[in-house]
Amino acid sequence: MTPTPRHQSSTTSPLPPNPYTLPPLFTTDHHTIGRLYLLLALFSVIIGTTLSLHMRLHLIWPGLNIERILPGSYLAIMTVHGTIMLFFVLTTAPQSGFGNLILPAQIGSRRMALPLVNAFSFWLTALSLLVLCSSAFTEAGSPLSGWTAYPPLSAVASAGPGQGLGMDLWLASIALFAIASTMSSINTLVTIIRLRCEGMTWDRLPLTVWGWFTAALLSILAFSVLLAALLLLFCDRHAGTSFFLPANDLVNGTLHTSGSGSPLLWLHLFWFFGHPEVYIAILPGMGLTSMLLANFARRRVFAYRTMIVTTLLIGFLGILVWGHHMFISGLSPYAISAFSVSTIAIGIPATAKVLSWLATIWRSRPQYTTAMLFSLGFVSLFITGGLTGPILAQPILDQYLHNTFFVVAHFHLIMAMAGVFALFAATYYWFPQITRSATCPGRLMSETLGRWHFATTLLGAYATFLPMHLTGLAGEPRHYAQLSGVPNAAGHLLADLLPLNRFITAAAIFLASAQLLFLVNLVRSLRHGQLAPTNPWQATTMEWRPALKNISPIHETNSRADVSDLKIVVYRSPCEYHSSLHPSSFTPQWEPEITLNTTDDDPE
Amino acid sequence: MPATITPIDTDRDRKRRVDDHDNGSGRRPPNDNRDKRTGGGGDGDNWNERPHGSRGPRERLGSYRLALFFAIAGDLMFFVALVSVFFVARTTGHFDAYNRYINEWLPTAIPPILWLNTAVLLLSSVTIELARRSMFHEQHVMEEWFGLGKPTSRRAAPWLIASILLGSLFLAGQTIAWKQLASQHVFFASSQSSHFFYLITYTHAIHLFLGIGALLTALFGLYTSRQIETRQILVDCTAWYWHSMGLFWIFLFTLLAFFQ
Repeated sequence: MTPTPRHQSSTTSPLPPNPYTLPPLFTTDHHTIGRLYLLLALFSVIIGTTLSLHMRLHLIWPGLNIERILPGSYLAIMTVHGTIMLFFVLTTAPQSGFGNLILPAQIGSRRMALPLVNAFSFWLTALSLLVLCSSAFTEAGSPLSGWTAYPPLSAVASAGPGQGLGMDLWLASIALFAIASTMSSINTLVTIIRLRCEGMTWDRLPLTVWGWFTAALLSILAFSVLLAALLLLFCDRHAGTSFFLPANDLVNGTLHTSGSGSPLLWLHLFWFFGHPEVYIAILPGMGLTSMLLANFARRRVFAYRTMIVTTLLIGFLGILVWGHHMFISGLSPYAISAFSVSTIAIGIPATAKVLSWLATIWRSRPQYTTAMLFSLGFVSLFITGGLTGPILAQPILDQYLHNTFFVVAHFHLIMAMAGVFALFAATYYWFPQITRSATCPGRLMSETLGRWHFATTLLGAYATFLPMHLTGLAGEPRHYAQLSGVPNAAGHLLADLLPLNRFITAAAIFLASAQLLFLVNLVRSLRHGQLAPTNPWQATTMEWRPALKNISPIHETNSRADVSDLKIVVYRSPCEYHSSLHPSSFTPQWEPEITLNTTDDDPE
Repeated sequence: MPATITPIDTDRDRKRRVDDHDNGSGRRPPNDNRDKRTGGGGDGDNWNERPHGSRGPRERLGSYRLALFFAIAGDLMFFVALVSVFFVARTTGHFDAYNRYINEWLPTAIPPILWLNTAVLLLSSVTIELARRSMFHEQHVMEEWFGLGKPTSRRAAPWLIASILLGSLFLAGQTIAWKQLASQHVFFASSQSSHFFYLITYTHAIHLFLGIGALLTALFGLYTSRQIETRQILVDCTAWYWHSMGLFWIFLFTLLAFFQ
């Protein structure tokens, strides 16, 4: 397969030297940009977690007057928590962070297709985060209308504190984020389509790449619609239109007679974006889970092609199910039936994925590394959270459950916790890739601390979110700042739920403190972690290809070895393991010939 | 050194060349099914053998075109969202105090100058297509390769300037249309249909404004960029963007003119 080397010497230069030497902060190097994205997501997740603890404490202990510590009311905190977690953690970290760090290497490319666009979209994202955070420091604080920004609350500036300048800043922030995400998705798609190395056919792409690909397609479709919706909302607020304001609407004591629109229209536009958004957040995690389970079980991914199809199918169906967020919003019953059917239909590819994960590890003897444990945790949380999906897809059941904590439990398990578990798995697994540089090999995170982190996080996640199903079924509503002080029968109902809520808050604090283990591990391993060998997990995918590290000097030579160093070629599908008993007998994608190595000479 | 800047058609054709009496039994080396034909001179210019980033002039162009395609696809969704809201708003009404269903939609009369603007925009698409094609004129590209000046830029620049002028004329015409409406006291906030008239014309005008910026960049690039590839990319991508905006305008104008 090696090309004839006669013209390698004179004409080709594999890495055209970049004439623009930018300061390191404004680099166009995808590796650095990926790390910056991860740093941004880490910063965001710390803020988001702090805000959620704040909410939990306020819920059980409103007399504590915790507002003095953090600015803003309960609803403002909820808005920023949701916005930060959804956009700046669950969208940014898997899609842009690991997408930049790992994707080019996995498809055998040395760069992203559009480096300038890439850098620009990162700085736009950072600006967007800054604008969002700045809303907390305005006089009236952040907006109250949640990450979904339902009108008329979001459309009328006098609707409440934070709905004036705070809401405008929120709109600006999300508009910037939508533009940045679209640009970064364009970059991802062009990279995957154009820069695959020789031999990297579509069905040899790792499932992680398929996850990124589908999520990027969804981003392009969804974020533009969000941008249009934000523009219309902006016009409603400042240009005298009323796309989302109904006639004769009484908002916070003021009667708005001029309206002629409908809040339902916003719901349609927003959820046309919002539902694909949750798949944008989870699809890369699903792909990663498939690959990690296969790698540590030393098995092929069960039904590889079906997994590709289900990834695309989940993406496609994800566009068609937005109405299930609107079952109690006055949608036509016919539309409700259609959305109910499409929502239940999405259970088919999702179930196929779960079956493939289970079949892949069935009766294997996996290596229980921390990354593997978090992937198993992902499967567990995905099943637990997924099982409540078909319940909520029933319009009749949703009537009762929609505004209760049952829904909070559902999406926190299937999207938030599963998504974060995938991020943890990715961090532990790819830490050598995150920390490596041109001259220095990467480092591994501590496995001992990692296992403790996994055990405590899994326990904390279930202890926090499982009881929410119970309080939701008992009728605890969402968006209530406190459970005490409510008169009459409702007060009794909520008072009965206080003990369980105290437990949930304690569990949430436990869950958050468990993350200190991760932070300690992260900071320590950055400096003092064990140096990683070239392929520490004995993986088959291209990011662990040994020659990828020392490509920077361009050798003007004719020797065959150097030519194969310069040229990246893929010879086979991923996940070619020959025996689960001998972890070292496997053939990576870059290996031209199968070498059956049955003696267990584990080098590490 | 590539013998031609633009690979000739037989070079672009990736089909396996089957010689006479070649039944695939191994007369050729097994891995010889990659593109082995070389451009003209035959000194080993096999584009596919090269690393990414140096596979000939069409590689970067293809990537940028693809990126532009996705960007325009996203942009199309933006307008699709606006147009769906237009249809929703046009067909829905509300119940008044006497429980009567009222649809308050009154169409906004289109200023006749929009027809002229549409014609100008169509003409600008023609001029920019001429500019785009002159960037790929094989003979001129070859002359440039031989160091005989910049014939492509020389021929494309007038058409680019014409497109910039026509584009500016279109924007000026839109401004006149807005002024005419304003003189009839039809403003953004006046009625439901005027919301959409202004929203659609404004957002489209912003797109064209960015397009004129791209045209100016391309014109600037024609004189400053030394690589013909870069100049081709600049003009080509701007042209496709411009065409798409022209196409979007035809749809949006039809919507405003006939579907209110």
